[in-house]
Amino acid sequence: MLGLYLHRSSHVHALPAGWKLAGLAAAATGAFFVADPAPLGALLLGCLGLFALARLPARTAADQLRPLLPILLVLFAAQAAFADWETAVVVMARVCLLVLLSALVTLTTRASEMIETLERVLGVLRPLGVNAGKLSLMLALTIRLIPVLFDLMQEIRMAQRARGVERSALALLVPLLVKTLRMADTLGDALEARGYDPR
Amino acid sequence: MIELRNVRHRYGEREVLRGIDLTLAERRVAIVGSNGSGKSTLARLLNGLIVPSEGHVLVDGIDTRKDARAARRRVGFVFQDPDVQIVYPTVEEDVAFGLKNLRLPRDEIARRVDAALERFGLSGHRTWPAHLLSGGQKQLLAIASVLVLEPAHVVFDEPTTLLDLRNRRAIARVIRELPETAIVVSHDLDLVAEAERVIVLDEGRVVADDAPGPAISAYVARMG
Repeated sequence: MLGLYLHRSSHVHALPAGWKLAGLAAAATGAFFVADPAPLGALLLGCLGLFALARLPARTAADQLRPLLPILLVLFAAQAAFADWETAVVVMARVCLLVLLSALVTLTTRASEMIETLERVLGVLRPLGVNAGKLSLMLALTIRLIPVLFDLMQEIRMAQRARGVERSALALLVPLLVKTLRMADTLGDALEARGYDPR
Repeated sequence: MIELRNVRHRYGEREVLRGIDLTLAERRVAIVGSNGSGKSTLARLLNGLIVPSEGHVLVDGIDTRKDARAARRRVGFVFQDPDVQIVYPTVEEDVAFGLKNLRLPRDEIARRVDAALERFGLSGHRTWPAHLLSGGQKQLLAIASVLVLEPAHVVFDEPTTLLDLRNRRAIARVIRELPETAIVVSHDLDLVAEAERVIVLDEGRVVADDAPGPAISAYVARMG
């Protein structure tokens, strides 16, 4: 979801976002009813097969799991210590399956498709006062601004280092907050200038 | 044509524009002034992003005080920092954003997005995440996202300030070739020199309004 979309011409990419999200929800629920390592292993292989069908290399699948490796290892050790090896393997396999399936959905679905689907689904709640358009735009902006704010944070951190401040949460957070608020103000103007109507 | 009639604007107690009367009818108008001279406020008044504390701004006869939304549809606005203007994560999605707000049919949106990407040399980057573009490409995307809405006038608020020389020249070329009327607020004197008319602001007042040569000389003299 975080701007990870990789453009390819594949059947997985061509599937409607709603189907992919429904499939993800069903698989995520279903995985909790499978407590045997063998079928979970088969599901993991099937998931890797879907990556291949989406023309995404195995390296891309591995990239999704790499940042989680320390957490996965702690989880595995905890399960192995407090339950048993088989439970540890099952829990690990479930988490890996869910991460890979979620990544597959985000890697093969444009943010705009995802947001349009969300808008349609949340539209049902309009009589209850839920503004689906606003929520969808909020999601789009979140996806868009994460890398922008990350760059901003790096820039502030470098500026602090240049002035001899190595580690200070306050020295980082105060300018980040000020710049973010200023950015939010201009972003509001930019949305208006481009015809956005919050109603 | 954009007209400003006895426009005054205040932020709290601070008056930033002090009685501006202008009729902007030329194809290329530049506005220069020192920091705090009121030029960014003036730019935002031109498309109804803010309404004046006193006086009126008329965009092709539409009073921004009465119908700011209609005025904004006629005046596009390009901000200094494209990162605060790009809303959607990928290039083509961002260009389509304003068109979706106009509730145009899907095939019309697709046609206009294709044409805008082609016009600004972004067709090869259409599925790229916006944050991976260079500074110049981001500014081109911001301009494409505004011009795809087919405004009659475009206001550029310091469009080259954050760019290197190559990208400054690229943006200057884009502005030069625009068929729309353009009002450029800038410190970039090379860009300003290309306008037909240059307005110099100082402490919220118009202190020079002339052809580029004499107006830039007046500005430089004021800057000391």
